[in-house]
Amino acid sequence: MIRLEGITKVYPIGKRELTVLNGIDLSVEKGEMVALMGPSGSGKSTLLNLLGCLDQPTAGSYYLDGREVSRLSSGELAQVRGQKVGFIFQSFNLLPRLSALANVELGMRYCGGSDRRRALEALTKVGLAERVNHRPTELSGGEQQRVAIARALVKTPPLILADEPTGNLDSRSGEEIMTILTSLHAEQGVTLVMVTHELNIAHYCKRIINLKDGQIVTEVKL
Amino acid sequence: MKKWLEPLTSAWVGIATHRLRSFLTILGIVIGVGAVIALMSIGRGAEAQILSNIQSLGPNLLTIRPGASTFGGVRSAGGGVRTLTIEDAQAISEQVSNISEVSPSSASSLQLVVGGSNTNSPVNGITPEYMTINNLKMASGSFFSQQEYQSGAKVAVLGATVAQTLFKDADPLGQQMRMGGIIIRVIGVLQSKGTSFSSSDDAIFVPLTALQQAVAQPRTPQGGHIVSAISLTVSDQAQTQNVIANITSLLRTRHRLASTADNDFNIMSVEELASTLSQVIGTMTLFLGAIAGISLLVGGIGVMNIMLVSVLERTREIGIRKALGAREWDIWSQFLIEAAFLSLIGGIIGIILGWLVSVLVGRSGLITPVVTADIVIMAVSVSVGIGLFFGFYPAWNASRLNPIEALRSE
Repeated sequence: MIRLEGITKVYPIGKRELTVLNGIDLSVEKGEMVALMGPSGSGKSTLLNLLGCLDQPTAGSYYLDGREVSRLSSGELAQVRGQKVGFIFQSFNLLPRLSALANVELGMRYCGGSDRRRALEALTKVGLAERVNHRPTELSGGEQQRVAIARALVKTPPLILADEPTGNLDSRSGEEIMTILTSLHAEQGVTLVMVTHELNIAHYCKRIINLKDGQIVTEVKL
Repeated sequence: MKKWLEPLTSAWVGIATHRLRSFLTILGIVIGVGAVIALMSIGRGAEAQILSNIQSLGPNLLTIRPGASTFGGVRSAGGGVRTLTIEDAQAISEQVSNISEVSPSSASSLQLVVGGSNTNSPVNGITPEYMTINNLKMASGSFFSQQEYQSGAKVAVLGATVAQTLFKDADPLGQQMRMGGIIIRVIGVLQSKGTSFSSSDDAIFVPLTALQQAVAQPRTPQGGHIVSAISLTVSDQAQTQNVIANITSLLRTRHRLASTADNDFNIMSVEELASTLSQVIGTMTLFLGAIAGISLLVGGIGVMNIMLVSVLERTREIGIRKALGAREWDIWSQFLIEAAFLSLIGGIIGIILGWLVSVLVGRSGLITPVVTADIVIMAVSVSVGIGLFFGFYPAWNASRLNPIEALRSE
């Protein structure tokens, strides 16, 4: 599903250069559930952005679903994001003016058009069938994240990327979210890569990758 | 939700969320479009009204007056030069083709005495053809006949205003009045024309032969009977220019003018007057419309300003949309549609406002404004065009945002 070869990312900071990722080689098979861990500044968020085609590497190759995507134009990248990647963010990133249902429909907006029935199904799957017309501000943090999960899943992408999905939630809501993600992963066989710094959350995954200073230091399979 | 509908819904939600802000933003467009609609419709109404007034004089009417022709400017010394004669009128009638009727007329201002009261009034000495040539219609009584003209009958036909002034509510028909040295009898009253171009409402019409008895009429050195104007109708409107040319050359010959000399008369056609006036009004309308258009420009800048603010406020939303797969084109078109939608709403409110103003002006009774489809279509497309033009840069700004930075913004 994912194959990274010598991925390097360098940011210019003034006249100096900051190497955030330094020669990452990584493969993730279809249907895997992987946790990325590491101290802040280790490059895990940058790696996730690269995996999600929000950013492009300075050097190296990235094969997503068999296609080399590291040299695509911004329009082609947007298309890849729309078709292959579902994002779940730490701060949910729902549009505050839209209802839960409209937010989920927005997930399909840029890949073939919206479908209200599928959006309702997705919300039902995350247990929010009763709250489809609520605005994000009328929902709890856990509920908002469930809407975000429905939004990511509604277009049935092969790859889901989650950036600290439980980081803004209390531990009970966090566990609920992880239960939903694990069961969706089990049911739909979707590939899931997740950044977290909570070990108990990482333990929901079958494989934990530790980053430090832009390099993979350890890899644990559970 | 259809794909093209989503930006519209999104735009509508945005407008509804910031009601006051949206209202203030489109106010410039509302005022601009409203002013353009009101001014254009009033201008069109005025033009139509003036043209119909002129047409009521008779579309085939030509009037020849003495004096040098200074078309488009002020006719100088028109009253001072006395060159036209009854004999000229006869010659035109006999020698120029495509003319149906010719009537010389002589205007004097005379004292009228009715009962105990004195009034001064313009009196036109005319021939019977004058009535058809000038499109006059009787309200009561009748016009004088060819026979009455030939015999110099002392009869008069009154304009509507004059009849009212002289006889108040009494029936003027059959009444006698003193005019200069003679006593004349009223035989008819004209319908009001209600126009400022024809003075028929304010005048008294008597046979030219009767006027000659009341006041001594001047003569030329050659013995011609001087008149103050000759009016005539062209039988074939397409021949108007030919008729004017033929009359000109005939009169130049009769007046023995050297080939280098200017005409000592001028010929005014109603057609020409109408086209000149409608050109003047059209220019005025366009000029006023352009001034109103400045408000549209200011409105457009307001739209641009608010769109820039909106892009800034919604940076995170743009990031989210990009993460969901939106291409630059999607973001760009979304904000462009919003800007166009915003100013379209302004345009629609402006049209309603402008229309209300023109209806109010119409109520005043002075002018009947004409709101035509082309004005409305023009206003709508101009307002949408302004939205597109002034929304272009903010939308482009939005589309170029880096998704990672946009997602990080608060």
